[in-house]
Amino acid sequence: MSISTKFLRALTFGVAAAGLLAAGPASAKVEGDTIILGSAISFTGKYSTNGIHAKNGYNLGVKRVNEMGGVMVGGKAYKLKIIYYDDESTPLRTAQLAERLIKQDGIKFLLGPYSSATTKAMAPITEKYKIPMVEAEGASRSLFTQGYKYLFCVISTSEQYLASSIALAAEIAKKNGKKPSSVRVAMAFENDPFSLDVRAGVMDDLKKFGMKAVIDDKLPRDLSDMSATLTKVKALKPDLLLISGHSKGAVTAARQIKEMKIKTPMIAMTHCESAKIIKKFGDSTNGYLCPTQWAETLNYSGAAFGTAGDYDKLFKATYDGYKNVPYQAAQASAAVLVWKDAFERAQSFDTEKLRDALAATNMKTFYGGIKFSKAGNNIAKPMVLRQIQNGKLNVVAPSKWASHKVDWPRK
Amino acid sequence: MMDNLSLLVQVPVLNIQLLLDGIFVGSIFALAAYGLALVWGVMNVKNLAQGDFVIMGGYIAWWLSIDVNIWIGMPAFNFDFLWISALHISTTAIPFLEFMKPAIHPIFGLPVAVVVMFGFGWFIYITIISRVIGKDMFTSLLATFGLALVISQLLNLAFGPEVQVAESGFEVNSFFDGMVTVANIRFISLILAGLLAAMVITFMKFSRMGQAIRATAQDPRAAKVMGIDTERIYAFTFALNAAICGAAGALISMIWVIQPFFGIAHSIRSFVIVTAAGLGNLPGVIIAGLGLGVAELYSGFVFGAELQQFTVVGLLVAILVWRQIQQSRHRQPVQ
Repeated sequence: MSISTKFLRALTFGVAAAGLLAAGPASAKVEGDTIILGSAISFTGKYSTNGIHAKNGYNLGVKRVNEMGGVMVGGKAYKLKIIYYDDESTPLRTAQLAERLIKQDGIKFLLGPYSSATTKAMAPITEKYKIPMVEAEGASRSLFTQGYKYLFCVISTSEQYLASSIALAAEIAKKNGKKPSSVRVAMAFENDPFSLDVRAGVMDDLKKFGMKAVIDDKLPRDLSDMSATLTKVKALKPDLLLISGHSKGAVTAARQIKEMKIKTPMIAMTHCESAKIIKKFGDSTNGYLCPTQWAETLNYSGAAFGTAGDYDKLFKATYDGYKNVPYQAAQASAAVLVWKDAFERAQSFDTEKLRDALAATNMKTFYGGIKFSKAGNNIAKPMVLRQIQNGKLNVVAPSKWASHKVDWPRK
Repeated sequence: MMDNLSLLVQVPVLNIQLLLDGIFVGSIFALAAYGLALVWGVMNVKNLAQGDFVIMGGYIAWWLSIDVNIWIGMPAFNFDFLWISALHISTTAIPFLEFMKPAIHPIFGLPVAVVVMFGFGWFIYITIISRVIGKDMFTSLLATFGLALVISQLLNLAFGPEVQVAESGFEVNSFFDGMVTVANIRFISLILAGLLAAMVITFMKFSRMGQAIRATAQDPRAAKVMGIDTERIYAFTFALNAAICGAAGALISMIWVIQPFFGIAHSIRSFVIVTAAGLGNLPGVIIAGLGLGVAELYSGFVFGAELQQFTVVGLLVAILVWRQIQQSRHRQPVQ
């Protein structure tokens, strides 16, 4: 009996050891002439719609880079490829998959997940293993206050989302012969990390102009009714109404602003586009101001895709069923371009050299300028503000990029 | 907070807006809560999937109200179910099967939601509820909680996580110089909720089936002895509850918004109302429902929106504590 147990024990040990060896980093980062990037992103669950937009963006970026001859490192052309895992829109799963990508699959170059929450779960792990990650879908300001060294983000951070609307309100007040400090602001923000970041940016700007917040409501996560807040708006008649609560906040607000005939001259909200409020509520949405990371009408351009308009055309030709190209896809493509640029400047696959190359990024793309601050967020690209005018989204601020004049007061 | 209170005093007309909005939405809460009270009272099953039934009804009304190209090029949602993909493939091969589903006004979607949900409720009873009905409370709670998760995930798979609304396209009326606005759809939904409640009550009072349900609720064994097929009564009651939820959901989709994961908030509201009113107390359910609607809006106004739903849960705790105190007075020491 003892012999057979010993044998079994040895066998188990052997199998386990073999398993460990097989599971160890098989240096899958570069296979032959292919550089492998990894991403855990949401294909199912509550972020699935935008997760899939982002995946399409990543894939288009890879396709374009490969068509243009790939990435040149040490005189050799490498193709790009991405390994995906579905994080089911849950941060816990994202964190597990990050470990898996790094430890089991040996991935050394990461692309970000979708949403701030999942990115927040992933960043500590990439820091732990010192693996650089370029992300395009996590805008929360708190990602860039932790001193992360391996995290780079191509988008504008969340505190800038509605700040431009405050500047615009101040501009309009001046034009009407009033002081900017006379502007009264009503705010309704969801009680989640993203919207509270947006709120923090707004609060800074309010202070700058000396404006007063007359309403400051925080909406719970599953609130489907805003009529109490809007009743207050009716009574207090603010000059500017700000709303941020992802798509559900935008839909709820747009429905009830219409039903309660709210007459505020300026209304700004995030997620107008992803909530499809123009299609749902028609003319009643005219005059809403909507911040966006990117618009196809901007005159940005870069080497890989040409202008923003060219990217728009290529994306629509590549993927069926898109009437508008979501900015979530555009910024994902931009993240792939950042990787290509970093590989070519570093001329190496060493993660430390790549990290330094990423930190020194300074490029122009169809998505706008990309230059990272010390904290890792992109400081070369502003948020732009679009207004719904006759059912179309037109860029109205900042004035450098504006294609149309702002309608004030809102009709 | 004091600012908000003084605002209510300074502009008293705002009270009318808050009261009206509270009553409009409270009537729908009361409807769903009545269904819960029915199942709870008759079968002693506490249905945690109540809110998800409501959301499901909302999705039926919404889905009927949009233009959908059936089977081919479905833009609004992605059916990931295998059987649908199988149909999809077979019908793309035979293009004449492709057709455009006409958009039906969500008010007419309501009866469809009622019928579909009645069938769904019966199916759920046979497959799940009938197996847990005699078991202890924990088993039925667990089963219905699981059901709630499955329903919300399936809705998410079928229609995606976006928030949806069914548009009635009705006018909005203004009173007091625009300070009070009443969307016609809200008024209509109040009337519809009242009508539905009246129908269910009449049915329970006067029809043979209604009598049998009440008899079963009083004493299932005695009812069985009298020749009532209690199994069928249970199935019917559960299906009736699902149908009521379907109607409530169709109304919710027209005045609020629906999303696959919003069910839980509606479940909690139903529980608060039933706990406050007590089982078998229909006027109590109606008053508690309307009261909860008004309380939510007032607390949203006075304390800010972040505490609007806290009120619902806070009220539940307050009611339970109060009940406990009330009962302890009647408690007799056991000799």
